[in-house]
Amino acid sequence: MYVYMGQLRWKDIVPYEQDFWKKNRIDLIQDEVIGIEDHKKEIVTALGKSIRYDKLIIATGSKSNTLNLPGESASNVCSLYSSQDLEAITAISSNIGKAVIIGGGLIGVELAEMFRSRNISVTMLVRENGFMDFIFPKEESDLISEQIRSHGVDLRLSTEVQRLNASGSNLITSVTTTSGENIPCDFVGMTIGVSPNISWLKNTMVETNIGVRIDDFLQTNLPDIYAIGDCAELRTTKPGRNAIEPIWYTGRMMGETVAHTLTGQPTHYNPGTWFNSAKFFDLEYQVYGDIQPNLPAHQDSVFCINPKNKRSLRINYLKSGSVIGFNLLGTRFRQAVCEKWIREQTSIEHVLENLELAVFDPEFSTHDCEQLRVAYAEKIGVKLFAKSKPNYNLVHRFLNNAIISKK
Amino acid sequence: MNQYQNLSLTSQSFGTIRNKGVWHNNLTNRGIPAWILALLLTAFYVMIYFFPAALGYHESGNTGLIALFDPLSQWIKQKPATQWFVYGVLYTLAILIMGFKFIRKYKKSSYQRIRTFSVMFFQLCFAFIVPELLERLQQPSMDLKNMWPLNYYFFFDWNLDKLLHSGSLGLFMLFWGIALIVIISPILTYFFGKRWYCSWVCGCGALAETVGDPFRHLSDKSIKAWKAERWIVHSVLVLVVIMTAMVIYTYITGRSQILFLNSYSMREWYGFYIGAIFSGVIGVGFYPLMGSRVWCRFGCPMAAILGIQQKFFSRFRITTNGGQCISCGQCSNACEMGIDVRQYAEKGQNIVRASCVGCGLCAEVCPRGVLKLENGSVDLMQRV
Repeated sequence: MYVYMGQLRWKDIVPYEQDFWKKNRIDLIQDEVIGIEDHKKEIVTALGKSIRYDKLIIATGSKSNTLNLPGESASNVCSLYSSQDLEAITAISSNIGKAVIIGGGLIGVELAEMFRSRNISVTMLVRENGFMDFIFPKEESDLISEQIRSHGVDLRLSTEVQRLNASGSNLITSVTTTSGENIPCDFVGMTIGVSPNISWLKNTMVETNIGVRIDDFLQTNLPDIYAIGDCAELRTTKPGRNAIEPIWYTGRMMGETVAHTLTGQPTHYNPGTWFNSAKFFDLEYQVYGDIQPNLPAHQDSVFCINPKNKRSLRINYLKSGSVIGFNLLGTRFRQAVCEKWIREQTSIEHVLENLELAVFDPEFSTHDCEQLRVAYAEKIGVKLFAKSKPNYNLVHRFLNNAIISKK
Repeated sequence: MNQYQNLSLTSQSFGTIRNKGVWHNNLTNRGIPAWILALLLTAFYVMIYFFPAALGYHESGNTGLIALFDPLSQWIKQKPATQWFVYGVLYTLAILIMGFKFIRKYKKSSYQRIRTFSVMFFQLCFAFIVPELLERLQQPSMDLKNMWPLNYYFFFDWNLDKLLHSGSLGLFMLFWGIALIVIISPILTYFFGKRWYCSWVCGCGALAETVGDPFRHLSDKSIKAWKAERWIVHSVLVLVVIMTAMVIYTYITGRSQILFLNSYSMREWYGFYIGAIFSGVIGVGFYPLMGSRVWCRFGCPMAAILGIQQKFFSRFRITTNGGQCISCGQCSNACEMGIDVRQYAEKGQNIVRASCVGCGLCAEVCPRGVLKLENGSVDLMQRV
């Protein structure tokens, strides 16, 4: 995305410098793996090479989902996952005046931002009634929708695709929705999620379901073969977590975990408190802990929105008192502080009184901690007062238990 | 550049900084226009320093470009313009104009707004108006924020004589200049890091942050460049200390020959190669090719001193927000000092680097809220 928008070059986004591989004695082979001979401990590649292994880590990521509609193979229908996708989109961008993006997720928003940066008009077709309402409570979902629309995107909620219409030259020229509307376009972005890229494992003994099935040590059904990241599916999941979590952070944590195991310290995968982040055009999003789109009966929520600065704060907590989740739009909070509050089941009132400890926005920024306390007072009738400041020394002492957090 | 729509104009929402297209624009990706601009800037500096007559400076009466500034110079200090007056006016104007542009671009960030007003204020008042007015009043003129060793001639005989023989104002300036070095700067650097000077006060920093902003991403992020930076900048520091010590020795004893070195030729040499060529011609002339902080990073002895203190005895650092980094590379790209910020951020390490001038851009451009400039003393002992 940043390469397309000219903010970075390709070489700026590759994770390591050229000499990294050699320096760390890693052979980087560009080839396609087509099979595993686990009894011989070998993998077989498309170029006919056999490569022996002692330990094998499968990290083949995801592939973009498709709708299985006729016309999806047209050259102006594309997803955004690989460098090939980026190249394809870059190559045809000058011919795109109007794009339709199917799917309302993070990749769809990225694609929309890319096109808007080149003044290409964008219509986004989203199946759900609210933007990402399977993750966000309604208020946040609305704020994100507003953000997307403010950047000139024609966002259509509750809209599904029925048909892609091709011209004689086998390019898609319009999209028909289930309500019968015909939307002309020069490009179709197919961003309806991803699923594990495991079809190449079909003829192997590696057990798969939706992804490669792995145990707590990230090991597959076969000894010495592990799977991590988007392609992996945990056999047992922690409460509130999914068996497949195709996001950057879990991939990285799995990588760190399996590295421990491979270097002689067998380590359970423990991703800790859930966290994630994203950015919707200018609107940053951070989440720590458990935030349900629809509040369960045993939970409560305190929320405030700052209409001037278009940002919001939400803390969810159990009716018995302890905080369980932070949902932030346009505000930055310190992960370690939020995690500690959640882990230690700190009471909502204690958290609100010390909320400034979590503030991570740049210096001289304003924040909405006081507004959230006001919202709590309006809801519960208890007026709380700030007892902390966003001060590094205080934060450091808090994190090192010099300040005892109240249960 | 028309293909890049300025999204922030159409949006009223809270947001962050955009640098769309900087690597597609030939002016900011070392394309031909960048080389032409670099050549023009370099030529301008060469003329200012070494061939002022080419710009129209003549003691008998100015012509050309310099003459255009005679009326302003007459009005301010009742003297015809010199090339340095012209340079001062253009320098200040550039900072003010590009400063307003910078503030517009970064208007959503209070830190950037306040910091930029600060450099604009110090340039306009401390570097330009006050010294010119002092000259008009026939008082010793001095840029009160221009500190040794950046101001390498502070201890030169002519400057010391000027300050010692101009009554109480001169003595105050002498005292102030020394207090800046030994008291004020160490205290401020302890509390805020070197940014209090480099990106809030300093004139070179002011130009780099405003005029140089479109070129900030061009700084070299490689380990090799980092190594070169440490060797060169600390060598300049050693040089300026030796040179100054010799100059003071000569001032006190009247002897100019010390072993095989001559203090007069030494200071001339320093003034020519470091003062003029490095900080001026290369420092600014190469903005479009090597980024905006070439002088600050590789050459400035002031930055070297502040950097050493920042690394070992300052409360300043950039903190990383847990595991939130996605390794996108925006922070490193935005760093004008060539720090590969991402290397720290993706490991969750705090960033304590001698060269960091605390401009705050890495934190602004981060799409995941991972970085924050902070001051704190609680873990100071872990540094030393």
